[in-house]
Amino acid sequence: MSTVVAVVLLLAVVAYAVFGGADFGAGFWDLIAGGPERGEHPRDTIEHSIGPVWEANHVWLIFVFVILWTSFPEAYASITLTLFVPLTIAALGIVLRGASFAFRKGVVTVGSRRIFGAAFAASSVLVPYCMGAIAGGIASGRVPAGGKAGDPVQSWINLTSVVGGVLAVAAVGYLAAVYLVWDARRLGDGEMVEYFRRRAVVAAGLVGIIGFIGIFVLRADAPYLFSGLTSRGLPAVILGILCGVGALVLLVRNAHRGARVLAIVAVASVIVSWGVAQWPYVLPESLTFAAAASPTGSLTAVLVVVGLAAVIVVPGFAMLYVLHQRGLLPDEGVEDQPAVARTTG
Amino acid sequence: MTATLSALVPIVVDPVPWARAQMAFTLAFHIILVPLGVSWAFMTLIANYRGLRRNDRDALVLAQRWSKYMAVTFAVGAVTGTVLSFEFGLLWPRFMGRWGEAFGVPFAFEGLFFFTEAIFIAVYIFGWRRLKPWAHFWTGVPIVLAGIFGSISVVAANAWMNAPSGFTLDSNGNVVQVDPMQVIFNDSMPWQAAHMVVAAYLVGGFLIASVYAVGMLRGRRDRYHYLGVVIAFSVASVATPIQIGIGDGLARWVYENQPVKFAAIELVPTTSSDVPETLLGHLNEDGQVTGGVPIPGLASWLSDPSTGKETVVKGLDSVPADQRPTIRQTNIVHLAWDVMVGLGSLLFLLAIWYALSWIFRRRMPQSRWFLRAAAVAGVAAVITMEAGWVVTEVGRQPWIVYNHMKVEDAVTANTGVWITFFAVVILYALVGTTTILVLRGMSRRFREAGGLTELDTPYGPTALATVSAKAEEAEG
Repeated sequence: MSTVVAVVLLLAVVAYAVFGGADFGAGFWDLIAGGPERGEHPRDTIEHSIGPVWEANHVWLIFVFVILWTSFPEAYASITLTLFVPLTIAALGIVLRGASFAFRKGVVTVGSRRIFGAAFAASSVLVPYCMGAIAGGIASGRVPAGGKAGDPVQSWINLTSVVGGVLAVAAVGYLAAVYLVWDARRLGDGEMVEYFRRRAVVAAGLVGIIGFIGIFVLRADAPYLFSGLTSRGLPAVILGILCGVGALVLLVRNAHRGARVLAIVAVASVIVSWGVAQWPYVLPESLTFAAAASPTGSLTAVLVVVGLAAVIVVPGFAMLYVLHQRGLLPDEGVEDQPAVARTTG
Repeated sequence: MTATLSALVPIVVDPVPWARAQMAFTLAFHIILVPLGVSWAFMTLIANYRGLRRNDRDALVLAQRWSKYMAVTFAVGAVTGTVLSFEFGLLWPRFMGRWGEAFGVPFAFEGLFFFTEAIFIAVYIFGWRRLKPWAHFWTGVPIVLAGIFGSISVVAANAWMNAPSGFTLDSNGNVVQVDPMQVIFNDSMPWQAAHMVVAAYLVGGFLIASVYAVGMLRGRRDRYHYLGVVIAFSVASVATPIQIGIGDGLARWVYENQPVKFAAIELVPTTSSDVPETLLGHLNEDGQVTGGVPIPGLASWLSDPSTGKETVVKGLDSVPADQRPTIRQTNIVHLAWDVMVGLGSLLFLLAIWYALSWIFRRRMPQSRWFLRAAAVAGVAAVITMEAGWVVTEVGRQPWIVYNHMKVEDAVTANTGVWITFFAVVILYALVGTTTILVLRGMSRRFREAGGLTELDTPYGPTALATVSAKAEEAEG
């Protein structure tokens, strides 16, 4: 039963990366879009695309925490004790990001919009970096079992964490750029299609390069993870590489619909390969999922909630997504854009 | 590396008071947003329903604007709520490590409801223009239900800390068996959950009514402001007497099940009968009651009217000193209790005033004094709720899990909590101030909507609202 919950946990992490990650990535492109005039057009596209959906995505992270503390409390205690600093930075970054995004929509003057915009964009980069660094710290076996604290500094400032953090930023940037190509095309905005397509290609290349460097880092710094990736995790790694390359080819060829699907599968594969590679450990080489697992009653409750989520939340989420994609949930002030999409799309 | 760090920070700061302060501060902040998340959608739907059913344009504009404000408060509530899920681990890892399998269960359900709420709030807020009116109205209903069940789930977790049940311990004190239903439906849960949900409607109603009462005091006595007061104040007025009834029941539950908390509430140092109800007053250093106005026998009588003044109330001395709140904590609990009951009673009188006016004059009270009182009632309701929450949390001390785990055994080993406390306070102060400024700015722009282009206001009024504002101008 603990295996099933572990799979659910991994899926929740994948969902957070794929849905929430794209929000963070959009913030990254917002950050580097340039001055207020040059960056206005891409920023408008970004704002439009994440408008209605963004609030829902924190829920994936909450699910990850809830599953972890209800099903594997000892691991949760060890992680929060050891990785106190990056988790705190991520929490504060999430507040700053969410609040400033909402505020930016509530204020009018260019000056105050820029302040909130900058806070939004900077925290959008900081949070995925911390998340990646946390993943690196766990994956490289730096979090000890037994609800004890590991090294408060080296657990997240180490080579694997740096690779994890940079990879997370690049991957969410890549995902977001691919989504934004799709959104811009839906809005019939050819200039932005090209703008984000170029960035998606660059980001894809960066993810590939970081991944390549990461192989050597992991071999030296996280041998258990490395051996897992090159054995039981290998199919997922290969799938990720194939989809990543495939998405790149489709992007270059302007086949956006396929590129989006392949990009999602590529990022999901990377995370799945991480989970498979460190199996059966929740904290590599010190605590297995089975040993950390809560009593059956708690695990059953978690699985019941997952079942209910499949019945209630998934259709709701699908409805939100479809309504949004059809332009039935227009952001105020973008009256004309969906109309354009209707005539061209 | 750790050694270098502790060399940099010369004093190792005890994390317990800082962790408690940070948790208290973030919860106190978040709890203000809860009533808005839970009850505002309901009030918005009342306005929406009226607008559609009676073709009432003012009501529809009100519903639209409320939904836009809700987008901001919900977003702030979502992120401050997410922070709480970090803090459980960051501040109380040993609590989560040992009790997560039980305490975590209600949160799994809360996640479900929060997700549902987030989805439908997005559909409702952005669906005004392109969804069919009644279909759009119905997308608002799940927000109301998810808000209620979500807060019940969270309060179930807090109630479990007061009445831990649904688990079996082995000889080492580790949880070896969990009954999720017994965890969720613990003894304290029905009372506490009802008290919080009704509080959400009471506080949300008074808070929103107060904003429109201020508007009317400033001379904006149009139908729009009138509706804003009537809808919100009516909800609050219905909730207030219900809340007093639930509060009475909850107090009796505490008397029976958490006698030490009850002793702190009623300021009872030693077990006795014929215990007076002491208004204000405090315990001095020797643990004796000083000051205040004692009403003879009332605390005993209220605890169990069937035995009247003979009812024995357990005192703080019924348990050893390390298992009860300190004198300072006791005084905080008692003061918070007096504040909650005192302000709650005043709000009840205000609700009666409002109800009598409707019964006899068929309209809300028109006097400036009523509007002034209504304007103050919003803040007063928030203070009442915060005070009630202080009673239940501080009254549980020194326990984090009643009679099972103490706060000092639950806290993190990280001595840097005092730094994160200040970081959180600064960040939240900025977020809080900006939230109010942004809401005010939106309100100002809504008012000036006549001369405004849509592109300026992502969350601004739609074409309908603009038309109606122009119509108002033309009439005025």
